[in-house]
Amino acid sequence: MIVGVVDYQAGNLRSVETALHHLGADFVVSCDPDALLRTDRLIFPGDGHAGAAMKVLESGGLGDAITTFFSAGKPVFGICLGCQIVLERSEETESPCLGIVAGGAKLFPFARDRETSAPATGERLKVPHMGWNAVHPVHSDPLFTGVPDGASFYFVHSYYTEPAAENVLCTTDYGIEFASGLRKRNLWAVQFHPEKSGEHGLRMLRNFLEVEL
Amino acid sequence: MLQKRVIVCLDVRDGKTTKGIRFKGNVDIGDPVEMAQTYYEQGVDELVFYDITASSEKRGIMIDVVERVAERIFIPFSVGGGIGSVRDMRAVLLAGAEKVSVNSQAVQNPGIIEEGASLFGSQCIVLGMDAKSDAEMPSGYRVFINGGRTPTALDALAWAREAERLGAGEIVLNSIDADGTRDGYELIVTRLLSQSVGVPVVASGGAGTPEHLVRVFTEGSADAALVASMVHYGDYSIAQIKDALQAADIPVRR
Repeated sequence: MIVGVVDYQAGNLRSVETALHHLGADFVVSCDPDALLRTDRLIFPGDGHAGAAMKVLESGGLGDAITTFFSAGKPVFGICLGCQIVLERSEETESPCLGIVAGGAKLFPFARDRETSAPATGERLKVPHMGWNAVHPVHSDPLFTGVPDGASFYFVHSYYTEPAAENVLCTTDYGIEFASGLRKRNLWAVQFHPEKSGEHGLRMLRNFLEVEL
Repeated sequence: MLQKRVIVCLDVRDGKTTKGIRFKGNVDIGDPVEMAQTYYEQGVDELVFYDITASSEKRGIMIDVVERVAERIFIPFSVGGGIGSVRDMRAVLLAGAEKVSVNSQAVQNPGIIEEGASLFGSQCIVLGMDAKSDAEMPSGYRVFINGGRTPTALDALAWAREAERLGAGEIVLNSIDADGTRDGYELIVTRLLSQSVGVPVVASGGAGTPEHLVRVFTEGSADAALVASMVHYGDYSIAQIKDALQAADIPVRR
């Protein structure tokens, strides 16, 4: 079994590689759609700007490759930006996103308040949402095997996903309760970074490597 | 709810963890990779490595340390010290660090924050700041560089806001007055900065007991707190610190 890691110049893939290496996975990191389509499961990580990422995905044929991979029924795992651009749209960009899952990514509402209102006293929610936060699966899912409800994962993001209700995998509270993970058939995507989330994160990655459809 | 982070800071010189002892200079206290692994297993939320290697020809050692840490710990960690260009930033990030920290270099060349943020994203760029109380400054605190030895004309609050505008994704505020005292963090300037900027503020300098972290998270409004001596010498474990935070109803990762 070979895992393909999509390299689309969106952030540093090193931590995903070291985590996969630690788990003993056989993987290739590639920006070549054909090479990725030959793999058995796909990891689609990424940080940064949704618009810039979509531009690279569209120009290199990688966006089509991800959609084709998903349509073929093989397991796909999106991480962070990869979780947002599987949706139809993002407030971060005018460009349409991949549209594999219905819904969009939105900016945290209090990110805008900051520009307009006077500095508040006491605790104020900062954007990006950066640090460890609890993740609650909404139903039992193989991705969460061995991961307790409320386990903490590491987040860094300013936009959050709002998928169709039936695609919500797990939720997290940061001022609002948002979908911190999505699931649609053979696609899983999470807003947090399992590769940077200690033992629970490694377990989740291992669960994806072992998931049977 | 977002949890408050406990971050362990390791000063690294020539590939060894070192600790400055007042009036005695630095003594080596262990292997940074092994120490990182121990703290990771104890449940630390993040690590910071400051390279205080003096000679430039030995700087490659730090990259090796970063690579070995990245292979063994699966939580975010940042690297600072001697980062003077985006080339230095790239080397550290590609070696596996999540973030890079700039301090004196950013005061001398603020453009490095902007350049780094546009190339790697704001979440990668941390501003480290050494501040000391000074009644002449508008916020009451002045920024120092060169390891806290050289005063600048910068006001701590103004510099924090400017760094945020330039694209810094986080600010580590080290209080020169509190550093090394183990009498507690400097709460006033921590709260001032944390409530005035939109990015996380990490308190640094002065931690001696878990109670100090409780206070900096409540009275100081810090988003994260750096600890060093209190854990390096075995006085407290990460678990003991988190027990105290949890007992005070502060959300932490367990």
